Amino acid sequence: MSNVTRAFWLSRYDIFKTRFSLLKNIRWGRYAVISIPSLWLALFFFIPFLVVFKISLAESAIAIPPYTDMFGWNVEEAIIDVKIKLGNYLYLFNDSFYLDAYLSSVKIAAVSTFFTLIIGFPMAYFIASKSGSMRTLLLTLVILPFWTSFLLRVYAWMGFLKKNGIVNEFLQSIGIIDQPLQMLQTDFAVYIGIVYTYLPFMILPLYTTLEKLDGSLIEAAKDLGAGPIRTFFLVTLPLSMPGVLAGCLLVFIPAVGEFVIPALLGASDTLMIGRVLWDEFFLNRDWPMASAVATMMLLILVVPIMFLRNGKKEGSE
Amino acid sequence: MTRNSKFLSISSLFGFIFLYAPILGLIIYSFNKSKLVTVWGGWSVKWYVELFNNEQIMDAAVVSLKVAFITATLAVILGVLAGYVLSRMGKFPGKLMVSGWITAPLIMPEVITGLSLLLLFVSLENLIGWPAGRGITTIIIAHTTFCMAYVAVIVQSRLSQMDDSLEEAAMDLGAKPHSLFFLITLPIIKPAIISGWLLAFTMSLDDLVIASFVSGPGNSTLPMVIFSKIRLGVTPEVNALATIMIVIVAIGVVAAMWQMRKKETTL
Repeated sequence: MSNVTRAFWLSRYDIFKTRFSLLKNIRWGRYAVISIPSLWLALFFFIPFLVVFKISLAESAIAIPPYTDMFGWNVEEAIIDVKIKLGNYLYLFNDSFYLDAYLSSVKIAAVSTFFTLIIGFPMAYFIASKSGSMRTLLLTLVILPFWTSFLLRVYAWMGFLKKNGIVNEFLQSIGIIDQPLQMLQTDFAVYIGIVYTYLPFMILPLYTTLEKLDGSLIEAAKDLGAGPIRTFFLVTLPLSMPGVLAGCLLVFIPAVGEFVIPALLGASDTLMIGRVLWDEFFLNRDWPMASAVATMMLLILVVPIMFLRNGKKEGSE
Repeated sequence: MTRNSKFLSISSLFGFIFLYAPILGLIIYSFNKSKLVTVWGGWSVKWYVELFNNEQIMDAAVVSLKVAFITATLAVILGVLAGYVLSRMGKFPGKLMVSGWITAPLIMPEVITGLSLLLLFVSLENLIGWPAGRGITTIIIAHTTFCMAYVAVIVQSRLSQMDDSLEEAAMDLGAKPHSLFFLITLPIIKPAIISGWLLAFTMSLDDLVIASFVSGPGNSTLPMVIFSKIRLGVTPEVNALATIMIVIVAIGVVAAMWQMRKKETTL
């Protein structure tokens, strides 16, 4: 082999080697890095929904696990039976109990979202109007409850709203009422609970948009003779719409499926779909029915979830 | 203008009172001597003593801390990978789907997440025999799945704030992808990783609904025990427990804020 041909083959080999090592180091490493979190989410977040849907088409049975199999195997005659029961869904639509639960969940979530907005907007505006360490302090005060236990914050309201609780004692001592009010175990307590626990979710996105708001536009509106109310509705509010939308969805979506708040603060007849699902699963042990309830809840929430995602994308671009 | 800002400060003041009054009430009543939770019987720490003598609560606390520690660590590893993949690795097939999966657990009602994971575990057990039964492992998997979403979002926002010129410079100087990640990217996102770990830890420690679905008998977490107690009404031991947890969290958050401020002023 002449030196020239040897050099030629060596250089080929080098090229091949570098290509191969590139393939080894970057491509495979890249796909490994991408696939680890993706596969985890696929297996433990996405596939479970398909399982829920599959089991919602089964029938409750006294067995372990307590539902019928979708596929029946008949090996001798080589037959696969596929059993799809729509009974759970028919039941969902025919029994007004479930329909009422969905409607009342959406109503409770919507009303609470509205009040969260009313309370959260001035707070977010106030924080955005401050600067420096005052702003940091106020933001910390908003975020702090978010870090403390959700369950215990709901529990705190039980002590507050009881018949002989702090609110009733206070109202009686200043003479507004002479009989303690029934506040715990009412829809009112559920509204308070949702507004209270989800308030930080409303304030933070509002604050983010209000902080970026161009103050000169508001001044311009004032210079042109608009009063504070007109300025607010014609300039400030439209400009902060992305934050309003994001905050409302962040409160509304989880509130629809809320279980803990109606279970602890609500009356026994406070209908919320998260609670219906819980009872269907834990009390009735009807797993297929619970799955059907979950599937319908997901269908109701798909539209707001899509809105939230699209809003986020526009915001980031 | 002044009337405007007066309105803002007064309504904000009421807002903050609304946020903190119940917590303060809880803390004060945890020191109440009287068994009747609403009657003030003088200051006392006897409910704290009772709390630490309550084996059921203490056992559950150990389970919860163990689960939260492992969950937070796993969630940080997976969440950092996910956040990095979505913000730094360009386009790849299925990216849109994965980015949807990463934000959805944040807002998904917990009852749906809990039920769906339980049904997955049961189906998997029927199919391949794993996971055998339900207990700490299944709780950790479930918690990791929703906590990694929080970590990924924090990491992603940190990475999008920082421009990638440092990373590009390192790449131009010949850094291999993995050394680029460990030497440049990781130190930059360290604050995000720390806050992500802490958030995952507290989220896991706090979760009632998902754990109730996926836990087995004999593996009650702290929120499950608290829930079964407070369902029947207000209990003074839970007041004491709540106070301890709130104080720990408050110290942690204030310390973190102080640390951040100190850094800002020295820079």
